[in-house]
Amino acid sequence: MILAGCDGDRSWRLQDYLARGGYAALKKIVAEKIPQETIIAELKTSVLRGRGGAGFPTGLKWSFMPRSFPGDKYLACNSDEGEPGTFKDRDILRYNPHSVIEGMAIAAYAMGAARGYNYIHGEIFEIYQRFEEALEEARAAQLIGQNILGSDFSFELFAHHGYGAYICGEETALLESIEGKKGQPRFKPPFPASYGLYGKPTTINNTETFASVPFIMNMGGEGFLNLGKPNNGGMKLFSVSGHVNRPGNYEVPMGTPFAELLEMAGGMRGGRKLKAVIPGGSSAPVVPAGIMMDCTMDYDSISKAGSMLGSGAVIVMDETTCMVKALERLSYFYFEESCGQCTPCREGTGWLYRVVHRIEHGLGRPDDLDLLNSVTANIMGRTICALGDAASMPVQSFVKHFGDEFMYHIENKKCLVPPEVQYAGSQIYVSPSC
Amino acid sequence: MLEIEIDGKQLAVEDGSTVMDAATQAGVYIPHFCYHKKLSIAASCRMCLVQVEKAPKPLPACATPVTAGMKVWTRSEAAIKAQKGVMEFLLINHPLDCPICDQGGECQLQDIAVGYGGVTSRYQEEKRVVFNKNLGPLVSTDMTRCINCTRCVRFTTEIAGEMELGQAFRGEHAEIMPFIEKTVDSELSGNIIDLCPVGALTSKPFRFSARTWEMSRRRAVSPHDSLGANLIVQTKHDVVMRVLPYENEELNECWLSDKDRFSYEGLNSDERLTTPQIKQGGEWKAVDWQTALEFVANGLAGVARDHGGEAIGALASPHATVEELFLLQKLTRGLGSGNVDFRLRQSDFRADAARAGAPWLGMKVAEVGELNRLLVIGSFLRKDNPLLAQRVRQAARRGLHVSVVGPTADDWLLPVRQRALVAPSAMVDSLGQIVVALAAEKGAEVDALLRDRLPAQAGDEARAIAASLASGRKVAVWLSNLAVQDRRAAELQQLANEIARLCGGRAGVIGEAANSVGGYLAAALPSAGGLDARGMLEQARKAYVVLGAEPDLDFANPALTRAALGTAQLVVALSAFDAESLREVADVMLPVAPFAETSGTFVNCEGRAQSFVAVARPQGDTRPAWKVLRVLGNLLALPGFDYQDSEAVRDEALAGDIATRLDNRVGEIAPFAVVPATCERVTDVPIHFADPLVRRAPALARSRDAAAPVARASAATLAALGVEAGARVRLAQEGGRVDLAIVADDGVAAGCVRVPAAHPATAGLGAMSGAISVERI
Repeated sequence: MILAGCDGDRSWRLQDYLARGGYAALKKIVAEKIPQETIIAELKTSVLRGRGGAGFPTGLKWSFMPRSFPGDKYLACNSDEGEPGTFKDRDILRYNPHSVIEGMAIAAYAMGAARGYNYIHGEIFEIYQRFEEALEEARAAQLIGQNILGSDFSFELFAHHGYGAYICGEETALLESIEGKKGQPRFKPPFPASYGLYGKPTTINNTETFASVPFIMNMGGEGFLNLGKPNNGGMKLFSVSGHVNRPGNYEVPMGTPFAELLEMAGGMRGGRKLKAVIPGGSSAPVVPAGIMMDCTMDYDSISKAGSMLGSGAVIVMDETTCMVKALERLSYFYFEESCGQCTPCREGTGWLYRVVHRIEHGLGRPDDLDLLNSVTANIMGRTICALGDAASMPVQSFVKHFGDEFMYHIENKKCLVPPEVQYAGSQIYVSPSC
Repeated sequence: MLEIEIDGKQLAVEDGSTVMDAATQAGVYIPHFCYHKKLSIAASCRMCLVQVEKAPKPLPACATPVTAGMKVWTRSEAAIKAQKGVMEFLLINHPLDCPICDQGGECQLQDIAVGYGGVTSRYQEEKRVVFNKNLGPLVSTDMTRCINCTRCVRFTTEIAGEMELGQAFRGEHAEIMPFIEKTVDSELSGNIIDLCPVGALTSKPFRFSARTWEMSRRRAVSPHDSLGANLIVQTKHDVVMRVLPYENEELNECWLSDKDRFSYEGLNSDERLTTPQIKQGGEWKAVDWQTALEFVANGLAGVARDHGGEAIGALASPHATVEELFLLQKLTRGLGSGNVDFRLRQSDFRADAARAGAPWLGMKVAEVGELNRLLVIGSFLRKDNPLLAQRVRQAARRGLHVSVVGPTADDWLLPVRQRALVAPSAMVDSLGQIVVALAAEKGAEVDALLRDRLPAQAGDEARAIAASLASGRKVAVWLSNLAVQDRRAAELQQLANEIARLCGGRAGVIGEAANSVGGYLAAALPSAGGLDARGMLEQARKAYVVLGAEPDLDFANPALTRAALGTAQLVVALSAFDAESLREVADVMLPVAPFAETSGTFVNCEGRAQSFVAVARPQGDTRPAWKVLRVLGNLLALPGFDYQDSEAVRDEALAGDIATRLDNRVGEIAPFAVVPATCERVTDVPIHFADPLVRRAPALARSRDAAAPVARASAATLAALGVEAGARVRLAQEGGRVDLAIVADDGVAAGCVRVPAAHPATAGLGAMSGAISVERI
């Protein structure tokens, strides 16, 4: 859908997008003055759920915006894609930036916002440049800016280049960052819909969410929903990475069996056995192979398996993976990326990392797994934003599903998976102490 | 109102309250670190997590709004579990070094750890170390102890008005720090010591000198600015060790200026005068009190006998207590002299005969928060009265529009909507223009006394200020120190009153010192026909009694003061300090107690009389000045000097309702002959030099506010004078000259040179306002 027809190196140009039927939805809405309620109702019908990770129904989110509120309202697109394993928004912006621009323009129309920002991840420079160019094209064609397509609807859209902090992908930290402050999440309530950017009502959606909007408008909410399965409408981009033959982004209907997705990605590398999958980006709980192979790729099925669809980043791990080492790397990420604002996450992420690091390096103690579970329990649900939970869930799930492997480490001071096997699987560095 | 149940207690709270507010109202204590009632909500320490009915997770009490029918448990199993969990996190990286930490015994973390902390730590890994920061001479750091509550960050940003601290880096590496290579230079910086819930920020002058439980805590009132901040003075073995704020929501709230907080160091200065001394044959000799008092009594009686009482002049500091000022004027009048004054830095006394009462702020300090329009005239507001400035800053956040007329444009760290940057001599004209514009705006008649003296037209600035004031709902017009000390202060007062009248607001005088209002009430003013502070020096007297003031630093015109005192037959100095400039001119020095060692009363700018008792024993042979003056009265056999205690003096001095004696109105003022000057002096009194006590506090003397004085003038003025910025120049006034560096500062009105007073480097100069010449050297 979003990436359909985006082969070739000019797919991101306005001409190409128009040729693919782009901006038809916006033109129709503006020309026919379609009521705001109709657009939001259409979205609700489509059951488009937020593609950033939380899966919150987009139509409902849009309806929270005080549309009749006089004064400034803002729109923000969250392209600060920092979750390890996720690389879909980057490709959307690289190959089809106009779908995001059109989606944001429609959103602005539906919510009465006059200004929008696309907050682009700090480490992707060429994509930021390309988005700026796409904005220029759209402005020149009167698709954004003052009096869009000659109507009385105006919407200014700007690109904002982030600075590379994972936490700025948290929506209120993102707002702080746009305001020029240190990116730290705000306490909620108040929610952005009432007190957002510069204290004004603001709606923040993921890049893929916005990019889906024109397609929903064109095919109708029902049509979009039917692409997927009930309560899990539409198509979804999955960033498949890890031990597969063809890692990459795959746009498939919601509800596609995991086995099929794995097949698309070329199957397991070297024909090895699947060990575990993190189905929704690094903060989603890990799912052992046996459970995963029975899942379909949609919110409800993955949730039933005890994990989250999240941003759709599917990290595939085969039998050569040392789960302790994998967790050590993940814990280090959260330790490094905690913003430092609130106590449990600031202090707890470092604690988790150090204990996992110790186990990996043969210094584990018998009660370390209880300690890890206890520390994660003290972090979860006690923090300002979800980073605390995000840091805890991998730890909890790794320990739950692969506790034996951790115990082996603690008791034998070495990996259950021998170093040479690990090396054969990934061809990357293996900790010398193992 | 919203109904809420906290730990089973039913209560109704205001709409918009948080659970923390409700708990406070219910008398339920919820442990917290980052929450502070005067600061914005951070909700980051997570210590105040409580259980709320229907909430899936524990919620922070400080940031959770109360909803109707909410049920909260602060001590349930879930709440305690959450609180203990947070406590454990706070302690894992906190050094457990309480025995060597200066905060020990008064540490929120320590206290709460007793209730919520574990006996042993489950954290066996390496602890975090954070390098200390140099925050200046007042605040000491041990940043490894920091728990990142960000109270200090929020204080500097929100209350002090300048973002001097911030949280740098992320996660566990997060550190509180000033901007690179900068220190915290706010005049309110000491408050971050009180705010810090751990031992990360402690008092640099006080650290390691005493434990909190070793000291007694006694209440006092600040002897410095006119706000009258309430203090807790902590003493150990009768030595003042530290000063903390005593919370008074109506005055200082829970804050103190650095001057109030650290000036106590001056009490223990080496320069304290501890024995009575008499100059004989040019040599100072220590004597006993009996000898000294008889010498003074005989001397004063002799001058009165030989030259008449009028030959005696009494000059007292406005930082002296009501009791001291009252007894001094009573003694002086008893000797047959009407020459008594306490307004030592003022130079215009034309309003004296026309005053309806004592000049005051015209409102309660607590009402400042309700203002929505304010005109400040001739002010260094931030330095003149830091806590009043803080109130204005908070009000400005809520929509107060501040306009300013004066010769300087210092950054008050609050938005100034309109500013008329004019030379001191042009302030009268500038206010006149505002009156004209305001009268036009309101369609009102100008007071008959002023009508003929007003400018014909109002300029754009004046019209903008008038429009701002005219649109106000609650308006105040304040005269600050520079206006009060100006040569045309009387007219400024008259015009300020008229502006206030025309816009339905209130005129007020901020007041220079702790007892600027009290001096009027204590009648430390010249009698009809008597000489005021300036007159007494211009028409030199045979004998002077100087109370609590130094000739070269505390007077409007140091050159004139030195000359007058230098030629007098007898100068009696009652002083807490053995100042060089007193030694030069005095014949006898009597050691009198500074504020901490005497009982007394100050009447602050809002007319609030605040009495206090001595918190420490007077050092050496020092005696409270009121007792010294009483004994002098007895020795001179004057009637009415048989007071048993200072309360009796106060009751006589402040008899009746003070409120009825406060009045800013003035009647007709004699015209002033303006002598045009090519270059005018603008004088500020630097905050940490303003009175004899504060200028002897070593830590404050190292602060940025105590930097060596330089002359300042705008780039255009410098060009007109033919002087480059940075050059050394010779400044000359009638009476004296000094050499000083001059720097460019476009915040000084055209044609003016700003030269601070109250510093030895500029004590060689003359009057604080008027002509000054600048020459290159």
